Amino acid sequence: MPMTMTEKILAAHSGQDTVIPGQLINASIDVVMCHDVTTPPATSMLQAKKMEKIFDPEKIVVTPDHFQPAKDIKSAELLKRLDGWAKKHKIKHYYPVGQAGVCHALLPEQGHIRPGETIVGGDSHTCTYGALGAFSTGIGSTDLAAAMSTGELWFRIPQTIQFQLNGKLSHGVYSKDVILTVIARIGTDGARYKAMEFVGNTLSELSMEARMTITNMAIEAGGKNGIMPVDDITREYLKGRLKDDSEYTAYESDADAVFESIEKFDCSKIEPMVALPNLPSNGKGITEIEREAMDQCYIGSCTNGRIEDLRIAAGILKGKKVAIRTIVVPATPGIWRQASDEKLFDIFYDAGCVISAPTCGACLGGFMGVLASGEKCIATTNRNFVGRMGHPESRVYLASPATAAASAIEGKLTDPRKYL
Amino acid sequence: MPKAHVYLRDNVNTDEIIPARHLNTDDEAELAKFCLEDLDPRFASKVAPGDIIVAGNDFGCGSSREHAVWSIRGAKVSAVIASSFARIFYRNSINCGFLVVECPGANEKIKDGDELEINARKGVITNKTRNETYNFVPLPDFALEIIDDGGLLNHIAKK
Ligand code: SF4
Repeated sequence: MPMTMTEKILAAHSGQDTVIPGQLINASIDVVMCHDVTTPPATSMLQAKKMEKIFDPEKIVVTPDHFQPAKDIKSAELLKRLDGWAKKHKIKHYYPVGQAGVCHALLPEQGHIRPGETIVGGDSHTCTYGALGAFSTGIGSTDLAAAMSTGELWFRIPQTIQFQLNGKLSHGVYSKDVILTVIARIGTDGARYKAMEFVGNTLSELSMEARMTITNMAIEAGGKNGIMPVDDITREYLKGRLKDDSEYTAYESDADAVFESIEKFDCSKIEPMVALPNLPSNGKGITEIEREAMDQCYIGSCTNGRIEDLRIAAGILKGKKVAIRTIVVPATPGIWRQASDEKLFDIFYDAGCVISAPTCGACLGGFMGVLASGEKCIATTNRNFVGRMGHPESRVYLASPATAAASAIEGKLTDPRKYL
Repeated sequence: MPKAHVYLRDNVNTDEIIPARHLNTDDEAELAKFCLEDLDPRFASKVAPGDIIVAGNDFGCGSSREHAVWSIRGAKVSAVIASSFARIFYRNSINCGFLVVECPGANEKIKDGDELEINARKGVITNKTRNETYNFVPLPDFALEIIDDGGLLNHIAKK
């Protein structure tokens, strides 16, 4: 029976030859991702139920990120619980503060994500890893506890929507603009419970980093997972990086696989996008919207805090001054180091930006750039819900690093193409 | 008798249910104080044990934070009825043994303060105030079993 790549991975992990959408399965889990907000409650649950033993200390990857380095006493307590637990259980892949970074940037960078595998994480943007041809989805703390204890989880096989992305992106348009366009079309629940499979020749010109920006935001359309087929760019990215470099399986959807629907996009027509408050689906072309004044610019997060993003922002900010508070957050220590080596920090510093340690920070209104009432922020993050970055009356505008940097220079929403 | 707290809105998200500024704890009683804070700041003070939240489409979209379910459960809410739910919130609720009822359009028929009764297995909501009943598709048996066992971990332990 023909299957989609998501179906194939879930079939292989549940000992079935074929699976069909709607079917309930128990799948074995290859990697469990743990961070500081959702994991301490999960470990407490296991302790309370006397189920403390974990299925495999080598298959769990732990990195604090949301409130690290500790932003206040309560978060320090969470970090302490996470640290104590990771050490007690001899978690092999534990990234303590200093090596820690935003989880969804860190795990692929450090070679924990392999095509064809199943990854779950206590964070909704775990869907990011699908860019590498894996099945990857976000879960809550109870699921996390169950996965850590048993190495398995129940799933309902999702239907798949295939997104055919074709055409060359025009100058100044990035993968962030593509995913904002996709979500603007289908809405925040357009892919609820479903697998979002991305294919097409637009992808073949995108780096792995740029691709991860797309799968990262699958959840913003309600998707269970985002997924992309493996190609030479994927293989090149993985070479020499994987912690386990045994052969991996690259699945592809069969030519006659059944998709719930197919959505086609001519990506050559996309212009720089801004998702207006308060939904990621409020994406509009930059030329269609008012040039609203901003109070802050935030460049970072698991969506756009990678080295390529920092290079793009630095390219625009070089020799310029920002007109508003601008915070740059490299997502991992590796990215931080690379940006430092490439002297990007000189550019940011000279432009008047603040450079933060790798953290989720203000992306979720934690710290390092929380907004006051009435403030507006252009952010390279993935969510612009009410109060997401601070006060419930603050407002968040989502855009690419280029659009964010150009807007920082002018202090209002700005088309980046004039700076390229 | 449980009373309804009705929200006509779609997309009530996890940041509104429990804002990230309160995620530095996982203490349920503490989280309960801020339940729905950014949607309805008066909610925590007006909710009574057993009450039911009624809302539109895609309830609980956004983050995977189970804190959203814990804050609602901590506020002694007995169930959430919504036109539809976001996936992770729905799953977290079942895993926590917390009742979620998918009933399209219920938030337009039920009015704030109506007294409700839910029969989860039969798939019927009874509106005692208006003398109306609304049918819904019951949760699959395995999900009801998890809820009956008091959550996924108890369910696993039992097996
Ligand atoms: S950077 Fe933002 S969206 Fe990404 S994991 Fe951290 S808080 Fe979540």
